[in-house]
Amino acid sequence: MTSSIGQKFETVIGLEVHLQLNTKTKIFCGCANLFGAEPNSLTCPVCLGLPGTLPVLNKAALLSAIKVALALNCSVNPRVKFDRKNYYYPDLPKGYQISQYDLPIAEHGFVMIPVPEGTKKINVKRAHLEEDAGKLVHDMVAHSSLVDYNRTGTPLIEIVTEPDLRSSQEAYDYLNILKLTLQYLNVSDCDMEKGSLRCDANISLREKGSTQLGTKTELKNLNSFRAVKASLEFEVHRQEQLLLAGERIVQETRLWNDEKQMTLSMRSKEEAHDYRYFPEPDLVPFTIDQATIEKVRESLPELPAAKFDRLRKQYQLSDYDAGIIIQDQTIADFFEKCTQHSQEIKKICNWIIGPLLQEINSRKTGLAELSLKPQDLTTLIQRVEEGVLSNLSAKEVFALMVETGQTPDAIIKDKGLAQVSDDSALEGIVQSVIGENQSVVEQIKQGKDSAIGFLVGQAMKKSQGKGNPKKFGELIKRRLQDG
Amino acid sequence: MNLFEHPAHELLDLLKAQKTSAQAIFESVFSHLKQSDKNIKAFVRLSHQLPDFGPAVPSRNYPIPIALKDNICVEGQEVTCCSHILEGFKPPYDATVTQKLKKSGALILGNTNMDEFAFGSSTENSYYGPTRNPWDTACVPGGSSGGSAAAVAAHEAVWALGSDTGGSIRQPAAFCGVVGVKPTYGRVSRYGLIAFASSLDQIGPITKDVTDAALLLNIIAGYDERDSTSVNVPVPDYTKALINDAKGLKIGIPKEYFIEGMDPEVKQSILEAIDVLKKKGAAFKEISLPHTEYAVATYYIIATAEASSNLARYDGVQYGLRLQPQETRKSAIVDMYEETRDQGFGPEAKRRIMLGTYSLSSGYYDAYYLRGQKVRTLIKDDFDQAFKNCDAILTPTAPTTAFRIGEKANDPLSMYLSDIYTISANLAGVPAMSLPCGFSKNGLPIGLQIITQSFAEEMMFRIAYTYEQNTDWHKRKVGQK
Repeated sequence: MTSSIGQKFETVIGLEVHLQLNTKTKIFCGCANLFGAEPNSLTCPVCLGLPGTLPVLNKAALLSAIKVALALNCSVNPRVKFDRKNYYYPDLPKGYQISQYDLPIAEHGFVMIPVPEGTKKINVKRAHLEEDAGKLVHDMVAHSSLVDYNRTGTPLIEIVTEPDLRSSQEAYDYLNILKLTLQYLNVSDCDMEKGSLRCDANISLREKGSTQLGTKTELKNLNSFRAVKASLEFEVHRQEQLLLAGERIVQETRLWNDEKQMTLSMRSKEEAHDYRYFPEPDLVPFTIDQATIEKVRESLPELPAAKFDRLRKQYQLSDYDAGIIIQDQTIADFFEKCTQHSQEIKKICNWIIGPLLQEINSRKTGLAELSLKPQDLTTLIQRVEEGVLSNLSAKEVFALMVETGQTPDAIIKDKGLAQVSDDSALEGIVQSVIGENQSVVEQIKQGKDSAIGFLVGQAMKKSQGKGNPKKFGELIKRRLQDG
Repeated sequence: MNLFEHPAHELLDLLKAQKTSAQAIFESVFSHLKQSDKNIKAFVRLSHQLPDFGPAVPSRNYPIPIALKDNICVEGQEVTCCSHILEGFKPPYDATVTQKLKKSGALILGNTNMDEFAFGSSTENSYYGPTRNPWDTACVPGGSSGGSAAAVAAHEAVWALGSDTGGSIRQPAAFCGVVGVKPTYGRVSRYGLIAFASSLDQIGPITKDVTDAALLLNIIAGYDERDSTSVNVPVPDYTKALINDAKGLKIGIPKEYFIEGMDPEVKQSILEAIDVLKKKGAAFKEISLPHTEYAVATYYIIATAEASSNLARYDGVQYGLRLQPQETRKSAIVDMYEETRDQGFGPEAKRRIMLGTYSLSSGYYDAYYLRGQKVRTLIKDDFDQAFKNCDAILTPTAPTTAFRIGEKANDPLSMYLSDIYTISANLAGVPAMSLPCGFSKNGLPIGLQIITQSFAEEMMFRIAYTYEQNTDWHKRKVGQK
């Protein structure tokens, strides 16, 4: 972006993330909480808001929300109270959304994000529980829209930051860390494509040194973290140009257009929307006892940041390696299980970050779906160390392990992949390689030792990868000295 | 005496003695209903499915013909709150009270008339037109449960259920000379009661005498996991509280209730009622409910605020009335909302939606809704204080007897004041009931209100029963002035 942004203005960003909780049932009724079912098949009189029906809070949603609160270092408000947010929209069957207004379940938390100088604290202002609305389906019937109420009543938690983010990169990093943390908690599948994680951004600029907030715009229709980043970059530029030209920023909602890669003003923002919040009289406020909160706290898994630090310290992993390993809880667990069977930490790490992640990515699956046991990977590593397998063969064995779930030893035996280390079997190959590459032999004799590697490579080729390269090297050297 | 004139406890005795049958009771009431209601217009709809008395039907414990106010859901049966906007709405579920009634074997007759969405005190605000008071058909039956009270008074039903948000059971019970009970908030499940003001609404019995009220409350009371505001307190057998004795009971008379505007005949009846109970051993003392004068204002802020939100769902999208104007005004969807709600709601509903919307609006919330909630707490405290010194509070149910149809129709404020004695119990959540305590010179019934502490319905029934057993008002029947 324009260079002057670093000079004259400071970017101020706050994010609102809506997260669908993956409870078995909806937040105020017994309907299944699932994505992708036949339209309106997951509905009942309660979530349809039929006259006379009443909401009953799903305790599982509350427990998930407490989990999120604690993981984001928030204080949990033990007094649970809901409010009605009143507005008209066809996907909102009661004409109000049950939400939390002045007493959110969580307040005053933070998330640490990496910055060039180290880490930075992004304050979480609040997180509150609410129900999701239904979904309008357009263009299926001419001149009208249809409503699918399956999503109505899906438990949502809205997580709002303070305006602490100073760049699109910080926003991007915050979202990634937030998402990873939420995935560790297993409270949501955090899938933006399915809408289980949604993000709106508030952005304004102010002159450097100023402590007042500038006029903000709210960005919506952000369908990926990349879109969040791109829209913020666009908006920084747009606002900057306006301010430099002496114009004013209009407070408005702007929609990100992914095709045009720009934000566009949402026509006629319903100015001063008055939601007329008031306490939901159908749900009596109640108090969560401290023991329940503590029980949730004890049930929390090790969170990504803590795991990152521990893996670095405990296994002397590099920041890079630890950073990749913690991106998936199951991978991190797998890594640690491997270390129980082998001391070759760096090699385990390399196998995981390299071939294993490749397999997972190319199969578009998760580790859990592969029939790979930690002990099998460490056995494989051991066989390479022992000289039984060449690195090349090891990769072949690994692919088969992932494919079939067989042990490496079974595969080695089956496919005859064991490395040949027997001198007499290798001698012949060495002899013919030397015979065929006299010019290289000459170079070596004149002192260019590095050329030995070429001969080893040739020998490996001839042995179809079964020869032990170390052995080949020794034999070649001995030959040349002798000759 | 005709079968249809008996209270339920007598019918149950007759059944026990095998002097009648469920079918005979039903047919007696039903044929009388069809004749009588041409004049009274208590019912807006009869059940689409009449009870089956075939041999395959298991025997019923309480085969009592009962009328339901038109805001209580019965699966598959149209229910409209007497509003145009809900026309054709057939809930796919029973209210919890309906389930309990069906289980008890009660015979549901149909839906009774009410002020639209229970907004009113005369049953004149009904889309279907007014109900007439059986004691004088030029008069209103009270409201909003006027249809239910009139049906019981006119013997068109043995029992009825009403709902009471600010007096909507007790005031029509008083106007129609029957017994009406508003239980403690949370005593009866609201699931399947179409909401007016969620924090105030309670379903309750309307019956011919106190014994029947206790019997019917036994059936409908209890915690319901589908209603978070219902309270998990065991339900006693209320008929065990029917003791003809007031010895040792202390009853408070709030000085703030005996004010200007109280009809002298009403006042006289209450004073006589005090004497009856004194003779049965009760001690009376003056008490104070100091925030009484703010009750009506507080009520109209809180009740309309909740109503404005509760009625937002009637938007024409899913059920009930949907109207689309010919011309496009704003956008198709907004036009539909506006046309549907404009044509679907009557004037009182619109008035209350506007009042409630206003008091919740940003900038006004603190001055109205929030202050209303604070005063509500003060009113609740008044009752807590009062019940430290007495077992029950005795007041008139309404300041006057039934007024004439049309008399207050264009004066909403004076209409609102007819609930002046009943509203506080809803704001405080305490139980209260009305029972007949006399008649005016014009032959119109007068009601006595008994209020007790939350979940002290047994005390309330005991005092009511003692009074009833020592008077004859409940035996007087429509037509025999």
